[in-house]
Amino acid sequence: MSAPETSAQQWKDTPIAPVLRLQAVSRVHGAGPAEVHALSGVDLDVLPGEFVAVMGPSGSGKSTLLTLAGGLDAASSGRVVVEGQELGALTTRALAAVRRRSIGYVFQDFNLVPALTAAENIALPRELDGLSARRARTEAQAALAEIGIAELADRFPDEMSGGQQQRVAIARALIGERRLVLADEPTGALDSSTGEAVLAVLRARCDAGAAAVMVTHESRHAAWADRVVFLRDGRLVDESGPARVEASLRVGLGNLGGSGGSDTAGDTE
Amino acid sequence: MSIRHGLLALLDQGPRYGYQLRTEFESRTGSAWPLNVGQVYTTLSRLERDGLVEPSGEDDEGHVFYAVTEQGRQELRSWFDTPVDRRSPPRDELAIKLAMAVTVPGVDATAVLQAQRGHTMTALQALTRLKARALAAVERPGAAGPDLAWLLVLDQQVFQAEAELNWLNNCETRLIRHAARPARETAVREGERER
Ligand SMILES: Nc1ncnc2c1ncn2[C@@H]1O[C@H](COP(=O)(O)OP(=O)(O)OP(=O)(O)O)[C@@H](O)[C@H]1O
Ligand SMILES: [Mg+2]
Repeated sequence: MSAPETSAQQWKDTPIAPVLRLQAVSRVHGAGPAEVHALSGVDLDVLPGEFVAVMGPSGSGKSTLLTLAGGLDAASSGRVVVEGQELGALTTRALAAVRRRSIGYVFQDFNLVPALTAAENIALPRELDGLSARRARTEAQAALAEIGIAELADRFPDEMSGGQQQRVAIARALIGERRLVLADEPTGALDSSTGEAVLAVLRARCDAGAAAVMVTHESRHAAWADRVVFLRDGRLVDESGPARVEASLRVGLGNLGGSGGSDTAGDTE
Repeated sequence: MSIRHGLLALLDQGPRYGYQLRTEFESRTGSAWPLNVGQVYTTLSRLERDGLVEPSGEDDEGHVFYAVTEQGRQELRSWFDTPVDRRSPPRDELAIKLAMAVTVPGVDATAVLQAQRGHTMTALQALTRLKARALAAVERPGAAGPDLAWLLVLDQQVFQAEAELNWLNNCETRLIRHAARPARETAVREGERER
């Protein structure tokens, strides 16, 4: 895994274009007394290689943030930019192309096509992109293997457990060279060690240069990210991230090489 | 207690000298709790005083080996057989700090809580990075007992940090609810309590 200090250093020295940029993004539902501010003035940049976790209470706007970032919904105000393209300025067709080519989306409720097998569900966006059925199928197999469920390729969604469907949905989001992976509670239906395996895959994708935003309720899962942002009532409240990591790493890293220089902590009995 | 029994457990696998014990203890626990050699020798001499270990010769370099006694073996067995007592948890500084923060006038308890949450989350991220390495180590062919031991200890710290974060989130929700109560009702209740 890449050392966080190094990447933080990089960002400081060379301006790298973010894969995702949210600028003063708001989303208001309804009008008048029924008005709901699902998201208010959110700014967020996600750089290549960066894994961001979004936490917050139910109804705080996490899914809203993700659907706006993925171009599934339009902001009431503000700008959403993915790989340099402002989503609000695109035609429906161009937006669909960005969604297919650049963005992998894992839905909170999986959203698999019931009439298609696992492999077909995963291959679908690639075929829509013009890939041959065989190529797409090969890629789908690889994505299934990466996520540890190669044997489920020919199952239909209603023949799989919730956790298995969730992993198919993740494989679908990872297929191809998607630069931005957006995942809404991708570990919700998974047990602890399966969830961990999925997070390790997401982490590896980011270490290989992709950007990811993941919504989660579990701190243990959020901790796989480089940065954790908290939403409350549609606003970003506080953050932990690379800036604060170094100090705490001292505690953990003394461990690694079994370096003999840690005689200070005197836990005497 | 834990160092004492940890050393007994290592000696149960054969005689060892102080520095070896320190190294092995740390490799089992991923040096989550670093020991200094002084602590090892102090503990060994107490174990010897209590008849649980005994010196068992020196090597050419003058390292003094220790071996576990029969009594030491019994002590170790009973340690493994007895659950760790959780009925009177140790004082927790953070719990005390928050308890004070919500009662001392002029302290912003939410700010205290949010600062802690950021800090604990950062610590959890650091632990998770270590865990990713430990996971990879355990999956390697030829992974050994100490690799697994290290992963288990890291898991424990991860779950503990997560529990603290869950508790902090819960505190935050309670503070928000508390603040949202109608002011008059609050005043009346407080008045009642005084009477
Ligand atoms: N189509 C809609 N019409 C009206 N209000 C909406 C709509 N979609 C979302 N909201 C409101 O916007 C707010 C944010 O919703 P959102 O789904 O983003 O929450 P969330 O943080 O993802 O919650 P959860 O953890 O429960 O999934 C909520 O108050 C929700 O009721
Ligand atoms: Mg949601």
